[in-house]
Amino acid sequence: MSWKWNTAKGARLMPQIETQIDPEFDQEFEQVLRDFRANAHAWSEAAHSRPRRPVVRSRGLRLAVAWALGCVLAAGGFSGAMYEHHRREAMAALQALRAREAQQQKQAAQERAADEDLLAAVDSDISREVPAAMEPLANLMDEDTGQ
Amino acid sequence: MRDKRASTRVMAAGTAVKPMTAESAEEMAAREFARVVESHRPQIFRFLLASTRDLDLAETLTQECFLKAHRNWGRFRGESSAMTWLMRIAINLQKDHWRNRRMQFWRHTRANAVDLDEASEWLPSGERTAEQQMLARERVQQVWKAMEGLSERQRTVFLLRYIEDQELSEIAGSTGLSEGTVKAHLSRALGKVRAELRGKP
Repeated sequence: MSWKWNTAKGARLMPQIETQIDPEFDQEFEQVLRDFRANAHAWSEAAHSRPRRPVVRSRGLRLAVAWALGCVLAAGGFSGAMYEHHRREAMAALQALRAREAQQQKQAAQERAADEDLLAAVDSDISREVPAAMEPLANLMDEDTGQ
Repeated sequence: MRDKRASTRVMAAGTAVKPMTAESAEEMAAREFARVVESHRPQIFRFLLASTRDLDLAETLTQECFLKAHRNWGRFRGESSAMTWLMRIAINLQKDHWRNRRMQFWRHTRANAVDLDEASEWLPSGERTAEQQMLARERVQQVWKAMEGLSERQRTVFLLRYIEDQELSEIAGSTGLSEGTVKAHLSRALGKVRAELRGKP
């Protein structure tokens, strides 16, 4: 250890810097840090001396995979956007067609109603303009329809 | 610069009378660099392993660190120790890695990271009883867990101090921070680790 140990009083072994910056630094905490250090050293030595695996993920391969993935994502995004665009266009055309049909139906109904009104008006106009001589006959027709 | 340094050494040793050729200076520098790699590789790897808790990533970053060092070996003026210089490169590589990881979601990520249980497995038993050993392992595991809650700088400073046994001045040299800032980060890191050990994260 290259720490500077405070051994002036001989009772406790604590690094000087730690006691300066951290008043709560005690022997128990120091021991934990020593264990942490020993753990890291032992782990690193074991990892350093382990048999090396062949490096499968080279930088080039990773770059190629990243590019391929990027291209797939871009193509997927583009085709998705195209599909959505076409779908929306078709939906809009269908809606326009339906609106036109509804408009035409409404117009036809209005025309039919206007025709009926006109016919009724003509009918009543004609019935009112019956000559006085024909009135008894008209009365008879009314009675017939009433029955 | 590198040629000049190598040349001076050979002349001082008195082994070469005629002026050095560029080729022999290159060889000399390569040998010198090989010695540096051999002596400092375990420390750099240990620091990166503790920082990332990922064996493959630590190995890759260690290789990148020495590759970068090799490319810039000619510019190393010896103003700091080789270890401080290498550690600075390692810290920067590690920083770059975390920064890039945030941007590139498909990149090799924390999936390979070793879990806390496995990390704390490697603890020399010494003269402890099985119970004491188990307790110590648990404590070490808590320290690893606390590390996850530290900021990047706090973690770096903490590791350099308690795993690499570096003095504050060395840590300041490796991180590019002032000693006062190093002290402040270390103090905060210790506080957080202690809180984790007391069960108050």
